Amino acid sequence: MYAQMIKSEATQEDPEKLTAFQARIDAGEKIEPKDWMPAGYRKTLIRQIGQHAHSEIVGQLPEGNWITRAPTLERKAILLAKVQDEAGHGLYLYCAAETLGVSRDELTEMLLDGRMKYSSIFNYPTLTWADMGAVGWLVDGAAIMNQVPLQRTSFGPYSRAMIRICKEESFHQRQGYDIMMKMAQGTPAQKKMAQDALNRFWYPSLMMFGPSDKDSVHSEQSMAWKIKMNTNDELRQKFVDQTVPQAEYLGLTVPDPDLTWNEETGHYDFTQPDWSEFFDVLKGNGPCNRERLAARNKAWDDGKWVRDGLLAHAEKKAARRMAAE
Amino acid sequence: MSSPNAAYPDTPDTNAKPKRHEWPLWEIFIRGQHGMSHRHVGSLHAPDAEMAIKNARDVYTRRNEGVSIWVVEARHIAASSPSDKGPLYEPSESKVYRHPTFFDIPEDVGAM
Repeated sequence: MYAQMIKSEATQEDPEKLTAFQARIDAGEKIEPKDWMPAGYRKTLIRQIGQHAHSEIVGQLPEGNWITRAPTLERKAILLAKVQDEAGHGLYLYCAAETLGVSRDELTEMLLDGRMKYSSIFNYPTLTWADMGAVGWLVDGAAIMNQVPLQRTSFGPYSRAMIRICKEESFHQRQGYDIMMKMAQGTPAQKKMAQDALNRFWYPSLMMFGPSDKDSVHSEQSMAWKIKMNTNDELRQKFVDQTVPQAEYLGLTVPDPDLTWNEETGHYDFTQPDWSEFFDVLKGNGPCNRERLAARNKAWDDGKWVRDGLLAHAEKKAARRMAAE
Repeated sequence: MSSPNAAYPDTPDTNAKPKRHEWPLWEIFIRGQHGMSHRHVGSLHAPDAEMAIKNARDVYTRRNEGVSIWVVEARHIAASSPSDKGPLYEPSESKVYRHPTFFDIPEDVGAM
């Protein structure tokens, strides 16, 4: 998912307070920033929301790659709007994380020096225009699987950010599928491109949900806190079940020879992605890890004079106003 | 009350860290198309009010959500705290007669 392998923090606090806190969550109440919360809840959420925010921001890079090369002016305008949305999603999430007592610039610095992660999926390159279709259809599709239930998460600001994001996200998936339809119904070369994009993005998309966590203690704690709503396997299965018929409609083949409909379970049986590849990408060895972080660092460094300049100007203006009063 | 160190009006000042030199935080209020009041939609960072309005336009009205924007620097907002919940809101719980449904009006009287 956009937040992967989030370790939940152990909590050592007044058992009475913990019980009361859990009771509020179980009753479906929202936890707001000023309410008492276990330190572990706070820390885990900062990590999770921060990673989610970083993913939205780094996620602009693979798509930004195609803005200047979009095939038509309309496609270019749509892609620009989509990438702009991702910046907005990052902002909503950073703001939600900030209510927990961490500052925006601190979060940014933790991304830039590698202390915080972003989703593994954005370390894969976007080689052709069809990849814009595959990213919208599969990557945003997988993100939606996770984000829709998170609208009901226990932390108020996070829930409100997710509600805003979900409203906009369905545009993203549909524009991706629209690109895939156009390509799949196009010339043989275009169809081949669409198939190639599906081939390359299928398993990395399945990896987005993270490895099986049905036995993970972290996952259990996060689910009790309602900051994780489903297990990784549940969401992955749901994604496969939803996506396979969409691929069939396109006339494309999911690159999994063992993919079969299971009458008994009412779900598709499918091959797990190569988890060693996933861990390698997380460690920083994916095809684009270095490029992505270098791009974010460059943007931050190059923007310093603008940030400083605008702040100095605002302070000077404020001082002048004070003097005039 | 929130202290100047807490970025958000609702954020407790738990860890008193030295203040960082960052763009301040603004709370954004938008009035929608249909004559409703301005409503809080979210926050953003900006160096001053003018930029906060420009950024709010870009972030919070991309899909025709509004016709008017208010921005307020977050540190200027005073907020109630959860511990005030009892004294502030309990008194209204016992005053059911403030709701119109408290009064039974015979059906013969018609809509009221």
